[in-house]
Amino acid sequence: MKRTSKSPVFWSLPTLLGATALGLLATSGHALAADPIKIGVIAEAQAIAGASIPQAAQMAADEINAKGGVDGRKIEIITYDNHSSSADSVRAFQRAVNEDKVNIVISSYISEVVLALEPWASRLKTPFITPGAASNEISKSVHNDYEKNKYTFHGYLTSAALALSVCDAAKELLVEQKHMKTAVIMSEDAAWTTPLDIGYEECLPKIGLKVLDHIRFSPDTTDFTPIFNKIEGAKPDVIITGISHVGVQPTVQWKNQQVPIPMLGISSQATNSTFGADTNGAAEGVLYQGVSGPDVPVTPKSLPFTQGFKAKFGNFPSYAGYTSYDEVYYIADAVKRAGSTDADKLVAALENTDWEGTIGRIQFYGKEDQFTHSIKYGKGLITGLMLQWQDGKQVAVWPKEVAKGQLKFPSFIKVTSN
Amino acid sequence: MLAFQILIDGFAISALYALGATGFTLIFGVSGVLNLSHGAIMVLAAVAAWAAASVLHMDTYSGALVGVAVALVAALVTYYVVVQPLQKSTRIPNEEKEIFVLTGTLLWGIMIQELIAYFFTNNAKTVLPIVEGVIDIFGVRTPKNEIFTAAVCCLVIGLLWLLVNRTRTGKAVLAASMNPRGVTLLGLELTNIYIVVWAIYGILAGIAGVLLGMFLGVSSYSVGPLTASAFSIVVLGGLGSVSGSLIAAFVVGYLETLTAYLVSPAYRTIPALLLLVIVMYVRPQGLLGRR
Repeated sequence: MKRTSKSPVFWSLPTLLGATALGLLATSGHALAADPIKIGVIAEAQAIAGASIPQAAQMAADEINAKGGVDGRKIEIITYDNHSSSADSVRAFQRAVNEDKVNIVISSYISEVVLALEPWASRLKTPFITPGAASNEISKSVHNDYEKNKYTFHGYLTSAALALSVCDAAKELLVEQKHMKTAVIMSEDAAWTTPLDIGYEECLPKIGLKVLDHIRFSPDTTDFTPIFNKIEGAKPDVIITGISHVGVQPTVQWKNQQVPIPMLGISSQATNSTFGADTNGAAEGVLYQGVSGPDVPVTPKSLPFTQGFKAKFGNFPSYAGYTSYDEVYYIADAVKRAGSTDADKLVAALENTDWEGTIGRIQFYGKEDQFTHSIKYGKGLITGLMLQWQDGKQVAVWPKEVAKGQLKFPSFIKVTSN
Repeated sequence: MLAFQILIDGFAISALYALGATGFTLIFGVSGVLNLSHGAIMVLAAVAAWAAASVLHMDTYSGALVGVAVALVAALVTYYVVVQPLQKSTRIPNEEKEIFVLTGTLLWGIMIQELIAYFFTNNAKTVLPIVEGVIDIFGVRTPKNEIFTAAVCCLVIGLLWLLVNRTRTGKAVLAASMNPRGVTLLGLELTNIYIVVWAIYGILAGIAGVLLGMFLGVSSYSVGPLTASAFSIVVLGGLGSVSGSLIAAFVVGYLETLTAYLVSPAYRTIPALLLLVIVMYVRPQGLLGRR
């Protein structure tokens, strides 16, 4: 085939570079004291997990502005709906940086979207934090090419840390309390579950749960009967989940088909307070990992945030709402410490973050760590929680310090070691 | 054991496919309209039934009725707002009308999909089953709701058959599908027949949508796949042939179930699509198509 015209990439690159240069020129001048700090928020407005991101960010900005802002500068949140699409997100990112002149971007709970934005944060030299994506690759890229990718921060746990958190909870709740011995991993085929599954395969045998089978399925699966059928055939004591794009459907079918095996693991949709109603109560007994819960005082800041959010928006925030709220605060803190919104100075200040937020104490892994710029996992920092849907409510059952209830399962579940 | 499992699950899903595709093929047979907003109307019915029960706290039966009623209204609105104006337009050349209606209903479906996502988010919703619990059939733990779904689908398709073959209105509909000009010569208003067909379609799509919401659950993402699956079933069976669609629905339903159980759930839809391609090569008019 003969090329008759230049591909769009060829002509768009100089245009973009030009626009970026103009953008840099425009922002490089000395910021006036009254100049607002602009934070671009690109999120999935139609998804429950994504909808909380701009809402929580705005709430944090309003609170900071009410107290006089950062050194007299107000925080301005500019939001963009990405329709859960990577392409839309990239366009929004370019618009945010080149036209709306944002200083930093908070975006998305979907790993595929964040991985698409990461090179743009590098090209446009704009700091960028995700409040909810999990893929290890996000922070690994920062580690592998620090100078280029240092603009990206991973404001949520990596899949590796999530797997650890699930295993830590499963050890106490399932192995020590219920004497379970075997498990089947059930996860959706997506960027974030590849490292999660590696983490599960590694840590489950260590805590004493033998992995009998491992089922990965397409995220557009609607009929889970064959999957549960296969799992039951393996006779495990527990199903360890890794689901986010799906959630309502497998949970409802699990209950309707009365699959007698409990589910524990990552089930992102279960973190939403609407999950109970969306599943018509089928969520009862589902155990899911979270960094927060509507009634869990992880830190003194947790409950005032959840209650304030509920009062303002009518529902509890999704998990990415908590992180997005914290992010605006520690960005403001970093701007204050850096005394500037200059990208490189802001990156350096963010690296030194030590902020008690709503989900724990937030610090970032350094240049030498495997997951550079990802939030640190561990005791005294962020350990995550295990919660269970009980009587239509999300109840914390692990760790002991914040647990409000014991494990409780619907009658069709048989909690015994096979 | 596995054979029974496949037989039972495959039957429920096939019956649901059949019900969904019947209305779709009926409209094409009678008025030549390929309604690409089909998936959106089904999802709308399920979401309405969910909202009536979960948001407005109605009981399950009323919720299901609300779902079907909403689909009926949506089907009539589709006809009056999208299809009829395009068909009656004097500015669109006759030979281009089909493509205009195709595009019009596609866009209409996307609008409904976006509205659902806007008001109810794109997370999946499930309708509370009318019958709960499970029973044991040949050692297969089967949700009673699955049997209910299959029974309702068969019943509704049976009623449709009676309507078309045993009532005056039905015969007029049948006549219109064979020879529209002849029907008008007999003094019947074609538009009235179209309205009847769209109303029947709305009820069928509504029931299918609500049952799907109970059986598997739906989200705004289901709109495209549902339209595509109805479309491929109808093409496989022969455009406009109701009995062809019924057979094709069971072929597709069982092929998918067999693949999901014996190969992998991840490849569920692939063999049915391959079959569609093969049928297009060797028998372009579909299994029971007339043209």
